Amino acid sequence: MLISVTVNGQERTADVEPRTLLCYLVRDELSLTGTHVGCDTTSCGACTVLLDGVPVKSCTVLAVQVDGQELMTVEGLEQAGDLHPLQKGFWESHGLQCGFCTPGMLMTTYALLERNPDPTEDEIRRAISGNLCRCTGYQNIVKAVQYAAPLVREKREAAREVAR
Amino acid sequence: MFPNAFEYQSPTSLDEAVALLVEHGYEAKILAGGQSLLPMMKLRVAAPTVLVDLGRVPGLDARTENDRELSLGAMTRHASLEWDEDLWARYPLLRETAAWIADPLVRNRGTMAGSLAHADPAADWGAALLALHGSVTVDGPNGSRRVGADDFFVDVFTTRLEPDEVLTAVHIPRPEHDVFATHLKLERKVGDFAVVAVSLQVEIDGDGRIRRPGIGLAGVGPTSLHATAAASLLEGQPLSLELIREAAAKASAATDPASDRRGSADFKRDMVRLFVERGLRSIESRFDEGRRRSA
Amino acid sequence: MALETTELRPLGKSIKRKEDARLVRGQGRFLDDIKLPRMLYLALVRSPYAHARIVGIDTARARALPGVHLVLTGEDLAKLNLAWMPTLAGDKQMVLATDKVLFQYQEVAAVIADTRALAEDGAALVEVTYDPLPVVVDPRRALEPDAPVLRDDREQRDNHIFHWEVGERAATDEALRASAVVVKESIRMPRVHPAPVEPCGCIADYDGAMGKLTWYVTSQAPHAHRTVLAMVAGLPEHKIHVISPDVGGGFGNKVPVFPGYVAAIVGSISLGRPVKWVETRTENLTSTNFARDYFMDVELGADDKGRVTALKVTTVADHGAFDAAADPTKYPAGLFSIVTGSYDFPTAFAEVDAAYTNKAPGGIAYRCSFRVTEASFLIERAMNSLALKLGVDPADLRFQNFIGSDRFPYDSPLGWTYDSGNYAATLNRALDMIDYRALRQEQAERRARGEFMGIGISTFTEIVGAGPSQSFDILGIKMFDSCEIRVHPTGKVIARLGTRHQGQGHETTFAQIIAEELGLSTEDVLVEEGDTDTAPYGLGTYASRSTPTAGGAAALAARRVRDKGRKIAAHLLEVSDDEVEWDGQRFYAAGAPEHAVSMAEVSLAAYTNLPAGMEPGLEATFYYDPPNLTFPNGAYVAVVDIDKGTGEAKVRRFVAVDDCGTVINPMVVEGQIHGGLTEGFAIAFMQEIAFDEDGNCLAPNFTEYLVPTAVEAPKWETDRTVTPSPHHPIGAKGVGESPNVGSPAAFANAVMDALSPLGVTNLDIPLFPWKIWEVLRQHGVTE
Repeated sequence: MLISVTVNGQERTADVEPRTLLCYLVRDELSLTGTHVGCDTTSCGACTVLLDGVPVKSCTVLAVQVDGQELMTVEGLEQAGDLHPLQKGFWESHGLQCGFCTPGMLMTTYALLERNPDPTEDEIRRAISGNLCRCTGYQNIVKAVQYAAPLVREKREAAREVAR
Repeated sequence: MFPNAFEYQSPTSLDEAVALLVEHGYEAKILAGGQSLLPMMKLRVAAPTVLVDLGRVPGLDARTENDRELSLGAMTRHASLEWDEDLWARYPLLRETAAWIADPLVRNRGTMAGSLAHADPAADWGAALLALHGSVTVDGPNGSRRVGADDFFVDVFTTRLEPDEVLTAVHIPRPEHDVFATHLKLERKVGDFAVVAVSLQVEIDGDGRIRRPGIGLAGVGPTSLHATAAASLLEGQPLSLELIREAAAKASAATDPASDRRGSADFKRDMVRLFVERGLRSIESRFDEGRRRSA
Repeated sequence: MALETTELRPLGKSIKRKEDARLVRGQGRFLDDIKLPRMLYLALVRSPYAHARIVGIDTARARALPGVHLVLTGEDLAKLNLAWMPTLAGDKQMVLATDKVLFQYQEVAAVIADTRALAEDGAALVEVTYDPLPVVVDPRRALEPDAPVLRDDREQRDNHIFHWEVGERAATDEALRASAVVVKESIRMPRVHPAPVEPCGCIADYDGAMGKLTWYVTSQAPHAHRTVLAMVAGLPEHKIHVISPDVGGGFGNKVPVFPGYVAAIVGSISLGRPVKWVETRTENLTSTNFARDYFMDVELGADDKGRVTALKVTTVADHGAFDAAADPTKYPAGLFSIVTGSYDFPTAFAEVDAAYTNKAPGGIAYRCSFRVTEASFLIERAMNSLALKLGVDPADLRFQNFIGSDRFPYDSPLGWTYDSGNYAATLNRALDMIDYRALRQEQAERRARGEFMGIGISTFTEIVGAGPSQSFDILGIKMFDSCEIRVHPTGKVIARLGTRHQGQGHETTFAQIIAEELGLSTEDVLVEEGDTDTAPYGLGTYASRSTPTAGGAAALAARRVRDKGRKIAAHLLEVSDDEVEWDGQRFYAAGAPEHAVSMAEVSLAAYTNLPAGMEPGLEATFYYDPPNLTFPNGAYVAVVDIDKGTGEAKVRRFVAVDDCGTVINPMVVEGQIHGGLTEGFAIAFMQEIAFDEDGNCLAPNFTEYLVPTAVEAPKWETDRTVTPSPHHPIGAKGVGESPNVGSPAAFANAVMDALSPLGVTNLDIPLFPWKIWEVLRQHGVTE
């Protein structure tokens, strides 16, 4: 089936079998390998992408289901050479070790900060509870999000200023 | 892990969807959120040859409310019930339950109706629908029909749905009095199905008496269970510790859990007792608190 | 914590990780990200039975499926003499089963096709007929004389693999008889799995024209893999190029060679095309490795004053269907003899009998230096029981029995020489942080109210850094490690090591060591690992050995560079060699510090302006054979509250004070501690690869093998004491595993402490709520 999606702002088309999972559309057809696959049972969240702005596990969505929709992957976070505050936060706070779960964590927390720009520790922990990490024990991931939250708020304020 | 090859159908009307189901019978499966079906297909535990995606059928994400009930279209995702503050006051159990489903990412995709149709006996929504005295609309080749929650669940992964029918909406009666609800769940970690879950909703009238109590149970029988004997004990009574304990014991006695790696049958029965007791006691204290405040 | 970037003298600083530049952008290059032209995919057919004769394998339908290129069975491999392969433990393992299968999910056939999906389709079409055989899942049953013999390929007609013992049996028995108090416990450390989020996989790419195999593989030990492959497949070792790209967590999982790897290589050689095999999570949990699975009986004696007198441990080890344990060859039970822990035992004895069962093979060092976790769990649990029996505070009991800081180097009764430690200082720091005395007070008050609060202590000693060549080898290869440093003319450095990090941060921490030694910034040093064509030979990264071995090699290779640099500096400064001083950043003429040259200037001179007769260039390689192991230690304190209704144990606080000697990068060390504690928490409360009596795996994926999320994971409070290793070039000891080794006992001890008013001293981990509920119920406790 021929489908077309907007990925990180670019329109892309692909010819896929109906059984193609969204994660493999992204990885194999669109060559965006930052989105990872770590389990068979919708448990680990390494494959998390934003679908129309909502974080979903791309291993549990069919590519054909997203025809005409908008995707954002980890590759879409950095804008014009400027790392997203969350990417800076993960780096500064040592929120990653092997880096395999990191793209999924980034996409989930990106959506969290869109919805809740000033989350409590508990809210952060709950928000990332569909993403498994075996390396960090999550503590520094929480710190990374706390590092990024005020920067995202500032960015948003600045954007609002410009709009005014 | 890859599903077997299948034919993908994306109907744009309900009639078309039903016609596809009529045509393909047991070979076809309905795809809503896919959060149970697709993992089963990846493990090749499920191998339908036709998938009928409800995603492009207009109107299935609709939400309507009248003075009798709230109706939620089949594509209503768990997360929308978790985050829609507008529903919290009148339908608190929806939010209480939604927040316990799987994990936050699965909740963004999975649907309440899909979960009900899948009918895992350990699922949270089955217990909640029973506690809410809800019902579902089922559409098929012979038109539309209503099935009450108490009739809907037949056996493990089995409901009243025929292979050519679609569950199109879920209905929740609108409370007539002050409403109190809670969902208690023992899970081994986030994302786990319930070891045991208890869904509780009661209304309390102006005289402090319980109206329309509902006690739904998950993980303690071949289907979601409604502890009707325990609930009827509560009907028309004011909450008291003694009544709560009696209802908890009755609810526990109504279960038929299996012993497994999640715990023995005795353990699970006791969790039902404990959760009914804890839930009703929290409702009692919230009610007392509200009364003190208004006094 | 403030992060520093381009600082000179970087050792001991929390420098931001260099590898994160790609990883936070999703630009890591993991195995499955690699796509080669004409690449095919491999899927395995696996046994549904734990023990069965294979009556027949029909591959016709699979071969007929369009898109399938090759179906391999054990018979095909037998023609190449590859139906079996040697394991790291000196046993052999079926690659693809021929006559019978010995565990559920065992590899039976391989299907290679155009796509992953087609390979799976083909695998589903391979028809295997089985004749089920009696199953043995309990190693104690396996060792009974009438148990079915599982391995009929062996001459030995029983399921016994090895007996290993250490210490003085008679003296220990005598000392126990003479002891005023003896506690006995049966301690079970269940089968668990490392389960890194990235599964294992490989791409075999055989170039028939050149006879060269390029093998991309998720490997913690690329050189060892190359050598094993040369031995297994009979390929010339210089024509095997192993590339281990970014590795998404290893924890010991990615040390051995798996049947899927061999099948992919055979497939690539047969078809002349690259073949990729990436295991599914189910395959990972059911077939590629496990850890622990020890049944340990302990007797611990003490005199009437609470001084320990003797320790005796009798163990049955479940090694599964093939002995594929990853241990140094002379240590079939790994370093289990660290079992006397941090305590001054006059005598001790330990023995291990290993058995075959119808379970997956493995026995790897999962975030553990070869059975140290089992040993630490045992001694720390036993000390807790001793404290309960004596009615003394478990902290006081430990202070009383610690090896004193003045006793190092300390010779343990089971044969180790501990390098250094200050156990009392480490425990004191932990007790201060958690305000131990106040907690005990609170506990007394809560107990009076019928509440169950527990405080658990674990003061473990680790043994890492395998290891000294006189006793440590794997299949004969000594367990040294290596570093090669090349300094370019402009003073920039590339360093390559025989280790392979999987998240530990070597690209940063080893750069810190080298930069420190050379007076450079970490920015000036590029660290590369994981490519056998470029890196010097080394045994890899596992068992917390990288810093003790390769870290030592890095420092010593850098010092070799500096030694040559000194001679060049003398030439530039126009003084004699022995008049040159080094201030950490520059060489200068003795007595004239303003008369100095930097390493960058020296580097340029190495290529442009050499003293007469000196060999050009500035490079050094060091193969470091450590004189001893290192012995990190720590003091952990856990506080739990038990829900009387559900039996859930909630971790309220956890303090971890580690002593890993010199710290290279505190941020990285803290990260390692957080991660290891979380895995230890999971082992104590959630994780077990369990089997039913038919040998069916009950935890074949993440819905049943429970990995904690951010919601379950406790918050960790960490600190350190620093007692450098006297023999390591920079005094470092290794840290990655300490938290996983030391913490399970702290959690279990906390739960036993909470339940001790009921007279309970031992429950098997994982401590699921129902287990605790049953104990409460038996004692009439209810909400």
